[in-house]
Amino acid sequence: MLQNYLPVAVFLGVALALGLILLGLGMLLGRGRKDAEKLSAYECGFEAFEDTRMKFDVRYYLVAILFIVFDLEIAFLFPWAVSLDALGLSGLIAMTVFFAVLVVGFIYEWKKGALEWD
Amino acid sequence: MMAFADSMLAFLPEPLRAVALILLQILPLLVVLILCVAFLTYLERKVIGYMQQRIGPNRVGPRGWLQPFADVIKLICKEVVIPGKANRFLFLVAPLLAIVPALATWAVVPLFPGFAIADIDAGLLYVLALTSLGVYGVILAGWASNSKYAFLGAMRSAAQIVAYEIAMGFALVGVLMASQSLNLGDITEAQSGGFLSWYWLPLFPLFLVYFISGVAETNRAPFDVAEGESEIVAGFHVEYSGVAFAVFFLAEYANMILIAALTAVMFFGGWYSFFAGEPFAFLAGLGLGFLREPSLIWLCAKIAFFLFCFLWLRATFPRYRYDQIMRLGWKVFIPVTIVWILAEGVMVVAGVGPWKGIS
Repeated sequence: MLQNYLPVAVFLGVALALGLILLGLGMLLGRGRKDAEKLSAYECGFEAFEDTRMKFDVRYYLVAILFIVFDLEIAFLFPWAVSLDALGLSGLIAMTVFFAVLVVGFIYEWKKGALEWD
Repeated sequence: MMAFADSMLAFLPEPLRAVALILLQILPLLVVLILCVAFLTYLERKVIGYMQQRIGPNRVGPRGWLQPFADVIKLICKEVVIPGKANRFLFLVAPLLAIVPALATWAVVPLFPGFAIADIDAGLLYVLALTSLGVYGVILAGWASNSKYAFLGAMRSAAQIVAYEIAMGFALVGVLMASQSLNLGDITEAQSGGFLSWYWLPLFPLFLVYFISGVAETNRAPFDVAEGESEIVAGFHVEYSGVAFAVFFLAEYANMILIAALTAVMFFGGWYSFFAGEPFAFLAGLGLGFLREPSLIWLCAKIAFFLFCFLWLRATFPRYRYDQIMRLGWKVFIPVTIVWILAEGVMVVAGVGPWKGIS
């Protein structure tokens, strides 16, 4: 049973090794002289005015929060979807109630304008 | 074949032999995959070239066939510049975080009847988990570069990937309800038959949502605001050069091939033949019975078709505006999938429809 998962671990290792080899090769072959100008962050021909780690729009944060709610919901839906045949009508009704709660929340955030990006 | 390899490796102790056997399966797949990525870049330039009445690359080698290799050699020999203000460790970890999930997800893709490198029961869960990890590469790259353009690009693309991931997850739930299994091989087998018994027909809205979300997930045109070369130069990888950039590039194209493969497996019957259905039974009489056999070639053909669709979309549509992208993801795709899942749930429980559990 758990034996089946060994290839996954090996594959992850091989993929990581490939990335490391590529980066190492690049570091080895692609040497060059560094100077202050080359190492400065990209900007259109002038010095950067302020720090990069600036304030950003709160909507990105909102999207992240909403994502967590919905992604968790999907995680809950997976086992339900696989066994829906066995669960039958009671399973469907239970999940409909769960869904309804989430859809009410979804409608609320829609009306509140959390999804607007004008 | 496997028995032969096993006997060749007999000199190794038992646990090492298992790992060596797995490596023997993984390495050919990876080599083929990387060659596919290389030639996909060539195909992209050629296809878009012809769609725009140009010829595309034609200087390196016959008809430009060696172009991808020239690109690779150039990228490897270029200097890797790590910006002075960057966070060095995260800056180098970010490309690794992009490439590892893009390649490792291939472990569970069923390649031909009865074979996937890791034939695990939680296959789809693994796919969902690993494709979600891709967003870390993007956001770390933007943050670690300590450059404004990179930062803005990372914020945009992270929000976009996250939004479309939900629609994608819901679409997968629909497939699960139809196939009653998380194992990708079982999902393919649940669609046995010709093109009329594949899931694209009963789950057509979910197929559209899945494929379009896949295009948005990989930050491809027309959803490539993360790159937005006319506004934020190149988005999250503006500070990356040489091989570090190449790794991001490799990850993006590997992800495209992966999305194409997953679409083929979940909605287009994976390895099953287009002609496997009843209407094409006459082919056997004509001596063309081999056309109806399931094989790896059919899977490759479907992947190639969806990859062409990726390029076709890029050549056809102008870039979406950011608010339109978010509106499409949140206000169109998510409601559509929710409605479809409920409708499908009712159909499964009521015993109507072409689902596996019923027949």
